[in-house]
Order: sequence, then C-alpha cells, then structure tokens
Amino acid sequence: MKKLVVLILTVTLSLALPTFAFGQGVLRVATEAGFMPFEYVGETGQLLGFDMDLIRAIGQVLGLEVKIDNISWDGLIPALLNNNYDAVIAGVTITPERQNSVDFSDPYFESVLTIVTKQGAASLASLDSLTGKAAAVQISTTGDFTASDLYDEGKLKSVSRFDTVADAMQAVIIGVADVVIVDLPVAQAYLDANPHAPLIAAGAVAANEYYGIAVNKNNQELLEQINSALIELEENGTYAEIYNKWFGAAAPQTN
Amino acid sequence: MDFRWDLVWSSLPTLLTGAKLTVQLTSIAVFFGTILGTLAGIARISSGLFKAVSAAYIDVIRGTPLLVQTFIIFYGLPSIIQRPIPAYVAAVLALSINSGAYVGEIVRAGIQSIDRGQWEAAASLGHSRLQTMGYIILPQALKRTLPPLGNEFIALLKDSSLVSVIALEELVRKGQIIIGRTFRPFEIWLAVAMIYFVMTFTVSRFVNLLERKMAPES
Repeated sequence: MKKLVVLILTVTLSLALPTFAFGQGVLRVATEAGFMPFEYVGETGQLLGFDMDLIRAIGQVLGLEVKIDNISWDGLIPALLNNNYDAVIAGVTITPERQNSVDFSDPYFESVLTIVTKQGAASLASLDSLTGKAAAVQISTTGDFTASDLYDEGKLKSVSRFDTVADAMQAVIIGVADVVIVDLPVAQAYLDANPHAPLIAAGAVAANEYYGIAVNKNNQELLEQINSALIELEENGTYAEIYNKWFGAAAPQTN
Repeated sequence: MDFRWDLVWSSLPTLLTGAKLTVQLTSIAVFFGTILGTLAGIARISSGLFKAVSAAYIDVIRGTPLLVQTFIIFYGLPSIIQRPIPAYVAAVLALSINSGAYVGEIVRAGIQSIDRGQWEAAASLGHSRLQTMGYIILPQALKRTLPPLGNEFIALLKDSSLVSVIALEELVRKGQIIIGRTFRPFEIWLAVAMIYFVMTFTVSRFVNLLERKMAPES
C-alpha cells in the first residue's frame, strides 16, 4: 500500500513538474493573449499577433520548436522566474525597475501611445491636454505607467486600472472614465474589431517606451541567442515583413 | 532564488491602503448583506409571493459567479438606467447582493433549526406570529447562525478581491500594481497573504468571542 502511494506520487509529480526543456530543441514561451494585435486568440483557438509571429520566427532562426502558452498576466513573471518557461513575450515594456528581476532582449518594438475618447467629446490630442480627466488603462502596461506619472504630477484626476484593454474601453463607453491611454496599434486593432464602439483615437501622443522579450536572469545563453536572432530577422527582412503584416506600414528604422 | 524581505516591508504602506478599501467594502457589504439576507431568509419560509421572490433571488445569485455579477452591474446596468455607476457603488452593490443570498440561506436554516414546539408554546401564551419570530425564534436562531455567518463574512472579505476587475484598488489589486512595476511576485503575494490572514484571523477571533458571550449560562 505504502509503495503504491509512493509510486502514484512519483508519477503524478513527474508529470506535473515541467522539465527544463530549453536546449532540448524546445523554446517554452508564455504570453497573455489579450493584447491585440500583439497577441490574441484567433477564432479557431490559435495564438496570433505580431509578438507570436516574431517569437516563432526567432525559434526558426535558432532551430528551436516554439511552444507558446497563453496564461494570465499575473502568472507570466512568476512562471518565468520558476523556470516553467524560457521566455515571455507579451508586449512587455522594458523598465529599469523590471530589469532588476528579469533580463530583457534588445527592444523589438517602439511603443507609441494614443488617447482614446468618446466620439463627440472635446479633442484631446496630447498628454498635456489631459488635466482634470479620469483615465482608464490596462494594468501594468505602458499606458498605465504614463497615466500613473501624469496622476502623480497632479494632471490626471484619477487612473482606473483594468485587467484588459476592452474593459478600459468599456469604462469610457459607459462614462466612468474620460479617456483610455493605450498603445496606438492596440487602440487601432480594438477600433477595427469594434467598428460600432462610440470611440475615437487621437493618433500618436507619446513615444519613448520599448517592448522586450523577458528571459530569466540566469539564462544569458538564451538572451544572446534571441538578440542575435532579432538582428538576423531585421537583416533578412523578416522583421519588416511581420511588421507590415500586423501594422500595415513599413517598420521604423532602428539603430 | 533570492528573497527580498525588504520588498515585503517596503510594499506594506501601499498594500495597507488597499487593505483599508478591502475592509471598507467588506464592512458595508456585511451590513447590507445581513439586512438583505435576514429579509430573504424570513421571506423564504413564509408563503406566496415573498417566498417565490426570495427563492428566485437566492437561486440566481448563488447560481452565478460573483465575478460575473460584478461585471453585469458595472458594465450592464448603466446602459439600462442610462447613467454611469461609479466602480465603488457597483462593488458595494455586487458584494451586498451576493452576500445577502448566502446569509439568506443561513438565516433560513437557523430559523428552521428551532423546534416547532416553540411556536406552539408561544401561540398558547397568546403571542402573535410576528412577536414569536421577533422575541423567541430569531434570538435563538441568531446564536446558532453565528458560526456560519462568521464563515460567510470571512469568505466575503476574501471574495472582495474580485472587484479589482472593475479597477477598485483593494488589497489584491495594489499587489498586482506593485508586481507589475517590480516583477517581484513572491515577496508581494506573501505580504498580501499576511495582511489577509491578519484580517481574517481577527474576524474569526471576534466571532468566537461573540459565540462564547452568547452561549447559554451553564
């Protein structure tokens, strides 16, 4: 009986514990697929978006099979720190504070923010015009950080942090917030997908944040491989191809 | 992996402002939930329309997730009443209505646990049904419902974290915000858990004390 219990425990534990797979030909990637067009779940359940194409292309360059799991934003970094995954790509903004905990690849995307307002509301085309406004954002995104700074400076009246971009947009539609501060491509994708939403995006209002692929601090080898793959994708035109596919425009010149 | 206790301590002031909101929301919801639940519980053992309404309320609310109820009140209700509902109000509504359904069942069970003979004895002494309920049945039922009520309020305190989805920065959401900036989940969640434990432990000790105070003299 005792032996049986031990056997069952061993089998279940060995099944439950993720094996360290990087180096065995698999790149285990985690994302949070609620950030169209960077990552989202397609109609048949597959993970689509700019980040998804990019990480799969990186896998191809490195000769690694890319396995992507869609988990909650709160779970991304714990899972990475626990070595459940090798990398996180989820439109993650590179900040010095975060770099204390994880390593980031070279920036792969320059984030441009926009301001979304209700149609017919007074035009708010710059961050300076937001004085006294109530903002809604997706928690822990570039928009959140910018809004929080504006709030600390005494400009914004309040910042409401929602789990998803769609929730933040809805907050403006129902009138509990005046504006959404969000990445421009994300706002564009939302408006394209919801043509009847009574919302309008102001265009680019700020650009100084970058997205990076997060890797565990003790995984220098993978970090260097990802960075070299990014350079290769840039040089062979794949990056520009993916960029054009998702943003319908030429990629901005980097470096 | 390295564990930074200093992060646990330095996050406490921010987390405590979140805990304050958690306590506020829970207290208000306990207040309204108890009123709502007592009414629902009494109505549940009455007859006719009251019974039907109460049964429907309890079934629907217990049968749907609090998370979904919160979304419906915050996002759905405004389009019906044509005006926005502040997140705080929506949260209090959702938590109170939800808690009321559970309290309703606790109250019903408490009342039904009192021996029928008490009703008959009260009637033979000339008490009306209302007098019997108010002076004889409810006081005894209250004592019996204290343990499950304590359970319910502790559950409510923890469940109040769900309203973070409508941007209320209670304890869990404060933790998420700090983690989003620092990427240090383990330290922050530990601090959050510690604060929740202090709060729930306080509530459970308080309920124990009440139980002992209300125990019949032996």
